[in-house]
Amino acid sequence: MSGIRVIKGGMLTTIQDTGRWGYQSRGVPVAGPMDPVSHRLANALVGNDRGAATLEVTLLGPELEFEDERVIAVTGAEFDIMLDGRPAPRGMPFLVAAESHLRFGQRRRGSRAYLAIRGGVSVPRVLGSRSTHVISAMGGMAGRPLRTGDRITLGVADATRPTAAPPAEPVVELPSRPARLRVRPGPQADAFTADALEALQSAPYLVGQQSDRMGFRLEGPRLTHARGADIISDATPLGVLQVPASGQPILLMADRQTTGGYPKIATVISADMAVAGQLGPGDTIAFSVCTPREAMAALIAQERALMVLEMGRQ
Amino acid sequence: MNDFRIVPAGDAALVVEFEARIDPSVNARAIQLAEALQAARVPGVLDVVPTFRSVAIYFDPLRTNGDALLARVDAEAAKPSSDKDTGRPAVRVPVCYGGELGPDLAAVAAFSHLSEAEVIAAHTARTYRAFMVGFVPGFAYLGIVEERIAMPRRATPRVRVPVGSVGIAGVQTGIYPMETPGGWQLLGRTPLKPFDPDRAEPFLIEAGDAVQFYAIDHDRFVDIERQSRGATRP
Repeated sequence: MSGIRVIKGGMLTTIQDTGRWGYQSRGVPVAGPMDPVSHRLANALVGNDRGAATLEVTLLGPELEFEDERVIAVTGAEFDIMLDGRPAPRGMPFLVAAESHLRFGQRRRGSRAYLAIRGGVSVPRVLGSRSTHVISAMGGMAGRPLRTGDRITLGVADATRPTAAPPAEPVVELPSRPARLRVRPGPQADAFTADALEALQSAPYLVGQQSDRMGFRLEGPRLTHARGADIISDATPLGVLQVPASGQPILLMADRQTTGGYPKIATVISADMAVAGQLGPGDTIAFSVCTPREAMAALIAQERALMVLEMGRQ
Repeated sequence: MNDFRIVPAGDAALVVEFEARIDPSVNARAIQLAEALQAARVPGVLDVVPTFRSVAIYFDPLRTNGDALLARVDAEAAKPSSDKDTGRPAVRVPVCYGGELGPDLAAVAAFSHLSEAEVIAAHTARTYRAFMVGFVPGFAYLGIVEERIAMPRRATPRVRVPVGSVGIAGVQTGIYPMETPGGWQLLGRTPLKPFDPDRAEPFLIEAGDAVQFYAIDHDRFVDIERQSRGATRP
């Protein structure tokens, strides 16, 4: 099979599909793309199924060489991308010739870009998924980020599969300053003082330096527990805000552990996880509580935009 | 009688909470609920995760009838505990106690005013319950350890705990499935792998299982380790 040669791995470039669902009861983290919408968009643009594996590129991008001719697309964070020394487009499919060289340069906005390649990345599945979880050394390229000298095998590129035209309007806005994330209270909002949800919305939080694919350590208004910061360990959903004794919340992301022992005040709505996935250290977040109806409406709008794209392939 | 509550966690998860205590009968209800929901294969449900006293149900909000799911979960959660066990046999786990493989055995003996042999006897005497699996793939939280040897975790966690290490933390005991940092008091090591993705059955212990430790010497440890390495794919 043809593949890609990794000239430079970049800071943290990992192979991700839609995640390792179905094994959290055995302690296996889900992983998957931090920005699932940009991941899906990239696949749609090159004519892949939404479950195909892409490369998630973080902050400092990689340099890659393609062994054969492929249709590719880059979505998510804005990087200057150079194909054989010439600027290449973002957010639309384009053809790379055999032996061509793709380099991610300067990053302008957002934290994570997604590189989809027609045919997808074809590493072996572990427990049903190709997603890389670095901490448990599972999936992707031997459970680790890409590095110099790696060769990534690609799936068969089906030339009959149509590519998609780029969306007229962005499906996901890259985060503004501060990024606006809507939450629903719970599952343990009652483990906090009555004014804690107000405090959460009162001023922006800074995404701390110790922030990664597992979660973002946030610095901002203190959230006060009503009766201690320890609970009997329970499940930790994607996008939940868990609050240790410090009163400073941690936003749990794709690589989170399956369980944890801190109370959880609120959960970011599904539609806003794409924006959350574009954040990195130094960014800020303004949280606001929304209604269930608003959460669903936002998710439906996002789904509709993606479906139009997937259905309207040329 | 409602001795549970169902709380949403965002728009893509429900959490069923039973009584807030670590207790085999409460845990049995959580596991029974989780197994019923897993078996029901409700459309849109992505994952069902039982823990000590709760169950999280993850679903795709666009492909799930939320009201129907809530009604289903409510009806299943209200069922009393059936008292039947999982039907799976007890998992027997060989452990080479003490020495290099169990660097905290002496400390636990000192803590409990027992000899090392008595600590081993106390640790192997009980059949433990796997209350839940979490932290890392295949890490089962086992209990309840005899009070006499229930030494709290180390003040400073180790940076690296080897695979197969068997430790205690208060009344909990467990086996490290992969090399991770860890603060549990290490009594010994098992040659079995709690998690091996290349094995036909990747997980040694599931939530709800009964687990029994037994002591082996170092030669036997090496033997079993060699055999189990042969049993998995190269």
